[in-house]
Order: sequence, then structure tokens, then C-alpha cells
Amino acid sequence: MKIAVCIKRVPDSETRVKVAADGKSLDEAGVKFVMNPYDEFAVEEALRRKEKAGAGEVAVLCLGPAAAQETIRTALAMGADRGILLQADKMPADSFEVAKLIAAELKSTSWDLILFGRMAIDDYNHQVGTLVAELLGLPSVSAVSHLEIEGATGVAEREIEGGIEVVEFPLPAVVTADKGLNEPRYPALKGIMAAKKKPLEVKPVQAGSGTLEVVALTPPAERKEGRIVGEGAAAVGELVRLLREEAKVL
Amino acid sequence: MSKVLAVLEQRDGKLRKVSFEVITAARRLGDADAVVCDATDREACAAALAARAKSGGYRAVVFSATATGRDLAPRVAAKLGVAVVADLTDVVADGNGFLVTRPVYAGKALLKVKVTAQPAVLSLRPNVFTPDAAASSVKPETLPVTAGGRVKVREVKAAPAGTLDVAEAQVIISGGRGLKEPANFKVLEELAHAFGGRAAVGASRAVVDAGWRAHADQVGQTGKTVSPSLYIAVGISGAIQHLAGMRTSKVIVAINKDKDAPIFKIADYGVVGDLFEIVPKLTEEIRKLHG
Ligand SMILES: Cc1cc2nc3c(=O)[nH]c(=O)nc-3n(C[C@H](O)[C@H](O)[C@H](O)COP(=O)(O)OP(=O)(O)OC[C@H]3O[C@@H](n4cnc5c(N)ncnc54)[C@H](O)[C@@H]3O)c2cc1C
Ligand SMILES: Nc1ncnc2c1ncn2[C@@H]1O[C@H](COP(=O)(O)O)[C@@H](O)[C@H]1O
Repeated sequence: MKIAVCIKRVPDSETRVKVAADGKSLDEAGVKFVMNPYDEFAVEEALRRKEKAGAGEVAVLCLGPAAAQETIRTALAMGADRGILLQADKMPADSFEVAKLIAAELKSTSWDLILFGRMAIDDYNHQVGTLVAELLGLPSVSAVSHLEIEGATGVAEREIEGGIEVVEFPLPAVVTADKGLNEPRYPALKGIMAAKKKPLEVKPVQAGSGTLEVVALTPPAERKEGRIVGEGAAAVGELVRLLREEAKVL
Repeated sequence: MSKVLAVLEQRDGKLRKVSFEVITAARRLGDADAVVCDATDREACAAALAARAKSGGYRAVVFSATATGRDLAPRVAAKLGVAVVADLTDVVADGNGFLVTRPVYAGKALLKVKVTAQPAVLSLRPNVFTPDAAASSVKPETLPVTAGGRVKVREVKAAPAGTLDVAEAQVIISGGRGLKEPANFKVLEELAHAFGGRAAVGASRAVVDAGWRAHADQVGQTGKTVSPSLYIAVGISGAIQHLAGMRTSKVIVAINKDKDAPIFKIADYGVVGDLFEIVPKLTEEIRKLHG
């Protein structure tokens, strides 16, 4: 099986967000960057599929700054075979521009499966995988929490409000990974050493500006100061009164 | 007035609550045409929507960012050659485009963007836009779909009857590791029951990972993002990844035995103490209110 996995370099989920001087972007000083957590599920799934097939290749692709080589090395340490960095210094705010660059790179190879994360935890855009599938003319299923592949047919489960949807699709296809798909492995020391010698190709790219312009990045509205109503079961009466009379939610 | 295409969602022949949110928001942006289409054949439905969006001269196509909307919107957007402006919490017309606000970095910041795509493809975060009175009388047009797509919904395994999804509940009572063991979630279920069908039981990741609760119930960065009118966090410490999923709730109550737990920092009302004493008492009081 030939599998491509698209991974994004994102600020760690613990990051304290500080707005940069331009008022439009994240101040990256002191920020720790990691592989997008949903992309870890995608990498893990690719490795398991290849292991199960007993042959094939897992290539990881990342569009990002030079420092994203580190993110790719993490995937190589988990077991991916090779990496491609589409190097751009400025990341477009417009997901369609991101998708076009990724699709252009993936187009030249015939993949059996292309995996993405359900969403990136920085931009919450929920779409690059599906956009790439459309650009490549491939069938796609998003937010998959369980995946079975028999020959050239895939059956995926995805969570919907109040249930689980079972979706059937033919391969080759694009699948975006949700939590629950698998339990991603941690890179072992041996893997980390091996990753240093695996091929990582760097290709400079230039992203178009698209139809989205960032106007501002601001801290969220502060919640107004809350209060401790009291201690123990004795405080419940007062809590209920406040919820009724002050918050008016009962 | 400019035209806007409102994509509504139906289940079992009935419009879902998010549909009323979509039509309300769409009407604020322009003259809205409401449509529904059978999404069982995903590709066929997306093709029908894109064709309509192209031929109808719309300035915007509005979806709800539900599980289905999140899957359909980028399919339609790609056919129109634009991105989805996803999960937005505010949108206003602005000159030749729209000014949109959307939470990023797990709600730790708000991004304001100017969208000039024609048409703009927008998806609304569920539970943020309050449907107005006129919304309930909307009569959507059913778009015919031409079968033949490759991606098909074969089956929907519905949750047991009577269970309300956390993403759709007006009241959420979430439990964390403080519950000590899976069986104890019964105390939260009883409280949810006292709200009479409006409440759902949510969970922190710690208890989902431990296998006590289903992933569908998880609230937070790697779970669901919710905005109920009332969120009650019980035995949940309030890790930043949990807050990511519930910080936009209208009213937050925290019940925790540790007065320094971070959850109290964002809670409107906190009660310090043993949940096993507090929650049953609360259930009793709510039952009294609801007779
Ligand atoms: C990439 C990433 C993504 C994540 N995504 C999510 C996510 O989507 N959702 C999520 O929730 N977490 C997420 N987490 C995990 C998060 O960091 C926390 O580990 C988790 O939320 C903790 O769960 P908890 O509050 O139930 O447990 P704990 O932190 O152990 O808190 C238990 C609380 O219960 C209280 N308690 C104990 N006994 C009682 C009692 N008898 N009465 C009252 N209170 C009591 C304690 O004082 C404590 O505050 C994520 C982490 C990472 C790294
Ligand atoms: N710059 C990028 N490089 C590689 N993959 C990306 C990039 N941006 C997004 N993706 C992929 O698309 C998924 C969804 O991202 P998004 O639509 O931005 O929420 C991510 O989980 C990645 O798999």
C-alpha cells in the first residue's frame, strides 16, 4: 500500500496565546510546536495499514516553515519512510490555497490512501483533507473514528450528533482521522535514530493569498468574574436561587 | 438585497434545531433561499448544492458546522474554488464581502477575517446563533440529487432512544475523574434526568480514555465544542484542553472538592466540596422546580 499522510506543525495545546505586535498573528516567542494531535492518528493508521499489508510506503507531507522538518522527523521516528517539506515562510490564512499546494504535490504519485487529521488545533478549519480530495477527484470521508479496508473497498465510521454513521467508499481515497481511530505510538529511541537517516526532501513553494484577509487576532471576551457560592450540600439552595434569579437558566 | 443560500439539515423528515440557526443567520445577511438535500449520497448532495450555488447568483452559502455540515461544506467550497470560513461565531456583511469572527487556538483567541470569495462558503458554530421566531415556519426546497456518487452512508447507528447528544443539549452535566468509577455516573444521569429531556451527560477526556464513557460524550479539544445555556462541570479539574470545548457556554457551574482547581477560574458559580453530597442535593432541588 502506498500511503501519504499530511501533517501540520502547530502550537502545543498547552500554549498560552499572546498576540504578536502586528495584532494579527500569534506571538511565537517561547511557543512549543508539535505535530497536530489528529495527524498523529493519521500517521499511526498509515503505519498499521502498511504493516498489515506487509509491504508499501508511508510518505509524510507538510507545508510549513523550515522548522517543520522537526515535525516531519517525529513522523519518521514513528516509522514513516520518507518526508516532504513544502517550505513556505508565510502560511496562507485561506485553506483553499493550502489545499492547492498539497494537491499539486500529491498529484504526481498514485496513492492508495491519503490521510489527514480531522482538523488542525490552531486554525480549527476542518477542511484541508476534503478540499484536497475534491481537487484530486478522489472520494473522501471525514472525521473517521473507525476504519476497515477490504480489497478496494473502505468502510468508515464517523460520529454524528446522536449516533454513528457508517460510510462506504472505494479506494483510492482520502480519509481524515478523528480521535478513537487508534492509539498513536510514541517514537522509540531506535526509531528516532533511524529517522535521522531517512530521506526528507525540501521544496520551496509560494502560496497564493486567496480570498481571506486576516483583520485581527484578539483575546476572547473575558468571562465576568465568577464566584464561589459556598461549600458542600448546604450551598445548593443558594446555587439554585442564583441560577434561577440571576442567571435565569432554570 | 443580495441572495444567500441557507443549507438546512433534516433528520427523520424533521428540520434539526441547527437549521433554524442557519436560516436566522442567513436572513440577516440577505434574501435567503432555504434548501435541504439528502446527504446519504454525499457526493451527489454536494454536487447538487454546488450547482445551485453557482446558478443562483448567491453571495453566500451558509451551513451549520455539524458532523454533516463539516463534511459537506468543503466539498461544495472546493467545487466553487474557495475555502470554507468554518465554525464562525459572528458574521456581518461588509462592502463586497463579509467580516467574520471565529475562535482559533482552542478558543484562546478570536480571529477576525474579511472574506471576499464569491460566493462565500460559511459554516456556523452550532448553538451560537439564537433562532428567531420566524425561523420555525421556514419551508425549505428539497434539491433533487442525481445518484451515482462514490461515498455512501450505509447505515446510521442511532444512540439509544432518549439520549440527547452533548452537542445539541441545552444543559450539559459533565463528569471527570472525580467521579471515581464508571458506575458513579449514575448520579449525573439522575441530575440530567431531573432537567426533563433537556440535559445530556458529558465527560472529560480522562474518563473517556479510561473507557468509562463513550468518546461521543467527550467535551474539549479532542472532543466536542459545546455552547449550552448551562454547563455543570463535576469532578473536572479544568485543564486547558477541556476549557477549549466549553468556555463559550452561557453559564458555567463547577463542583469540585479542590477550591484551587482551575475550573473555578472560568465558572460563574462554584461549589466547593464532595460531589457525592452536592449533586444528589442539586438533583432533589431541580426535581422540585420541574415538579
Ligand atoms: C492534545 C491533548 C488533547 C486533550 N483533549 C482533551 C479534551 O478534549 N477534553 C478533556 O477533558 N481533556 C483533554 N485533554 C486532557 C486534559 O489535559 C486533562 O488531562 C483532562 O481534562 C483531565 O480530566 P479530569 O478533569 O477528569 O481529571 P483530573 O484532572 O484528574 O481532575 C479530577 C478533578 O476531580 C476533583 N475531585 C476528585 N474527587 C472529587 C469529589 N469527591 N468531589 C468533587 N471533586 C472531586 C479533583 O479535585 C480534580 O480537580 C487533552 C490533553 C492533550 C495533551
Ligand atoms: N500546512 C499543512 N501541511 C500539511 N498538512 C496540513 C496543513 N494544514 C492542514 N493540513 C492537514 O489538514 C488537516 C485539517 O486541517 P485544517 O483544515 O486546517 O483544520 C490537518 O489535520 C492536516 O492533516
